[in-house]
Amino acid sequence: MEQFAALIDALIYTRSRKGKLALIEQYLRETPDPDRGWALAALTDGLDFPAVKSSTIRNLLKDRVDPVLWSLSRDFVGDTAETASFLWPEPLRRDDAPPPTVSEAVANLAAMTRASVMADLPPLLDRLDAKGRYALFKLATGGMRVGISARLAKIAFAQAFDVEVDRVEEYWHALTPPYAELFAWAAEGADPPDTENMPLFRPFMLAHPLEDTQVDLADYVAEWKWDGIRVQLVHVAGETRLYSRSGDDISATFPELITALDIPAVLDGELLVRGSHQGGEAGGAASFNALQQRLGRKTVSKKMLAEAPAFVRLYDALAIGGDDLRVLPWSQRRAQLEALIPELPESHFDLSQIVAAQDFAQLAQIRESARDDAIEGLMLKRRDSPYVAGRKTGLWYKWKRDPLLIDCVLMYAQRGSGKRSSFYSDYTFGCWTGDPDSDGELLPVGKAYSGFTDEELKKLDRHVRQNTLNRFGPVRETDKSLVFEVAFDSVHASKRHKSGLAMRFPRIHRIRWDKPAHEADRIETLRALVRD
Amino acid sequence: MSSAPHWIQPHPQGIYVAPADCWVDPSAAVERALVTHGHADHARGGHGETLATRETLAIMDLRYNTQAGAVPVAYGETLRLAGSVDATYLPAGHVLGSAQILLEHAGERVIVTGDYKRRPDPTCVPFEVARCDIFITEATFGLPVFTHPPIADEIAKLLAALAASPKACVLVGAYALGKAQRVIAELRAAGHHDPIYLHGAMERMCRLYEELGVPLGDLRLVADHAKEEMRGAIVVCPPSALNDRWSRRLPEPITAMASGWMRVRQRARQRNVELPLVISDHADWNELTQTVQEVDPRETWITHGREEALLRWHELHQRKARALALVGYEDEDD
Repeated sequence: MEQFAALIDALIYTRSRKGKLALIEQYLRETPDPDRGWALAALTDGLDFPAVKSSTIRNLLKDRVDPVLWSLSRDFVGDTAETASFLWPEPLRRDDAPPPTVSEAVANLAAMTRASVMADLPPLLDRLDAKGRYALFKLATGGMRVGISARLAKIAFAQAFDVEVDRVEEYWHALTPPYAELFAWAAEGADPPDTENMPLFRPFMLAHPLEDTQVDLADYVAEWKWDGIRVQLVHVAGETRLYSRSGDDISATFPELITALDIPAVLDGELLVRGSHQGGEAGGAASFNALQQRLGRKTVSKKMLAEAPAFVRLYDALAIGGDDLRVLPWSQRRAQLEALIPELPESHFDLSQIVAAQDFAQLAQIRESARDDAIEGLMLKRRDSPYVAGRKTGLWYKWKRDPLLIDCVLMYAQRGSGKRSSFYSDYTFGCWTGDPDSDGELLPVGKAYSGFTDEELKKLDRHVRQNTLNRFGPVRETDKSLVFEVAFDSVHASKRHKSGLAMRFPRIHRIRWDKPAHEADRIETLRALVRD
Repeated sequence: MSSAPHWIQPHPQGIYVAPADCWVDPSAAVERALVTHGHADHARGGHGETLATRETLAIMDLRYNTQAGAVPVAYGETLRLAGSVDATYLPAGHVLGSAQILLEHAGERVIVTGDYKRRPDPTCVPFEVARCDIFITEATFGLPVFTHPPIADEIAKLLAALAASPKACVLVGAYALGKAQRVIAELRAAGHHDPIYLHGAMERMCRLYEELGVPLGDLRLVADHAKEEMRGAIVVCPPSALNDRWSRRLPEPITAMASGWMRVRQRARQRNVELPLVISDHADWNELTQTVQEVDPRETWITHGREEALLRWHELHQRKARALALVGYEDEDD
């Protein structure tokens, strides 16, 4: 448990991705089974101990510490687990009970019930120091908050044992903590886990941006790039699972899709909700904004299901009827997918249509008109390409439509993180509410962190420092003299923002050192671009 | 007590000693000031007369360039002030020259602690416990979550980080008066005798400490040296320079900060600190409560900090206490 606690603390204080990976790799190589498997599960949020909740910790502490002192401390620290780890009374003699191993702690936690937890947890805590108690509380209640994703933990695993991360992803969902077979395969060279007849996630095939490349439509086929979320739907041996792009199981968020597929298959497509903005009135899809209402929910209400029903617009098949199609060229997979479509319920599935064009120039014209349909752009797929995990050059391209542009005024700046940590690199910008020469004011409409070169960043940093009006903690308010040409993909109505607008992917397109602030755009100009 | 105002009167701008017509640590210029120590929130320039230890006066002179009206007081020396008030300066163990001020009048003893700690510190004289009727204390770390670890542990952490990355340097953010010199002196005591590099803002205070008899070993200025020379070295800067462009001239700096606030993980993360060193020049929770018990006053007055929790502790221990909520005394970087 001490090594795990040290890992958690080191991850909290390490900023770089590389540094975090190195820490996890070292831990996974040096820690024995099954401790490292349980730790990996904790890092990927794969553990659940129903008997131990945040309220359990609070109640335990209030029995031992004055409740007023507990509340004052909790308010100041801002984290129940951390506060409790500090305030737990240090046991007088810890020597006769060594700290538990991670496996021992997991076994203990798993055996606790709501009735027994108040009696069972204290002896475990008494064997740990403050760091160990913090790690135990985090392990028990989930949500490590150490700034790493499940994907990063899997990458670290792959790098630690020099195996392909795609294979790790492929086996991951077949296994449960502490992932004994995964470690046996990767670390000890045993046979890989037997994943036949399991509803597993397969790593996605991804696209490169087209940039300035031109392709021959004899070799490539074009499809719309839909503005939803990429999903994989798997049905094997009577079981269906829905996976997000990162490989997370999101079946519970979209139960209607789980019941809709009962043919053995692995399908790749875009998850959308019904509406009229993408692909027309009949059988069309709503904007991304509408879909967002349904994301990230662990349970979904009947009302939600009725108001925003989800469906999948299919564009590839990785397997049908138990046959792995990934080695076949796209054209053959597509033919099999088209043949499958009539067997799937129309209410929950349709086919992503091929965009027909005579040549590349005509395709470019079609893409230009895509904005009105609130589509992200076009996909170009090589007709003879197999389905390969990750981004292989020359097989799939994404050709996003040109961004929308608007002139905004820099209002606030904050220091960035990582390699930009010493510079003011996070910018909040605004548009005018009316005529800037009479009573118009600037209202914040968005934030951008990217789109400028390192040289430009230095100039921007200097501008912020030399033109600061006010400081609010880490935030500097500038004199609102600098204009940014901001690029963004789309803009939506939003109740969460004062301006009533939320931009998607805003970035600095050009810095208009030459343009006076009063010539920046009005907020009506931005509002007119809303397509909800 | 009678309804007449007490002879010690807390005001937002400081503590007024009525019979002697003078102030303790006033935040504005006054005719006569008794100053506990040299930190800017306690020691301000421009007073007619400043009564403080020789070291505190030297620090104030360095910062405000004011020698006029300086009245040096030795630890243990008793000064007779106007209105039959006696003032005795006792060591507070906070920074070099820091003092508690014991005020006696009409048979009543009042101690104003200024800031203080109870841990040994090679750069200053340790806190002296004295009995009194009214104990006017700080409470910067007045929450039970604040228990400072032994400084040897934190210095060992710093040296281990240095040894683990011989091509990097460890950049330690430390308050320019007191903390920086204490960290350097503790490093020397731990056997680290390599040159330590300083941010320009640190230099004069370190030199003054040495002049006042606190040896700090081989100190060099960052500005005088090339990046390559500082690999494997410790660099000390004010906390404000930690994430500033200034640090770009250093070889792969590991960001450390020496502060009592580093106990709380998010506090360290907010400041992008990779190596938090829990080193404080203030009393932690246990020291605050232990000190009140040892001094055993009739009443405790709390000047600044997390006063709610310390008030609650007094209530739980059937002790009398009140919060003064003095403005301007907050040392965010400590």
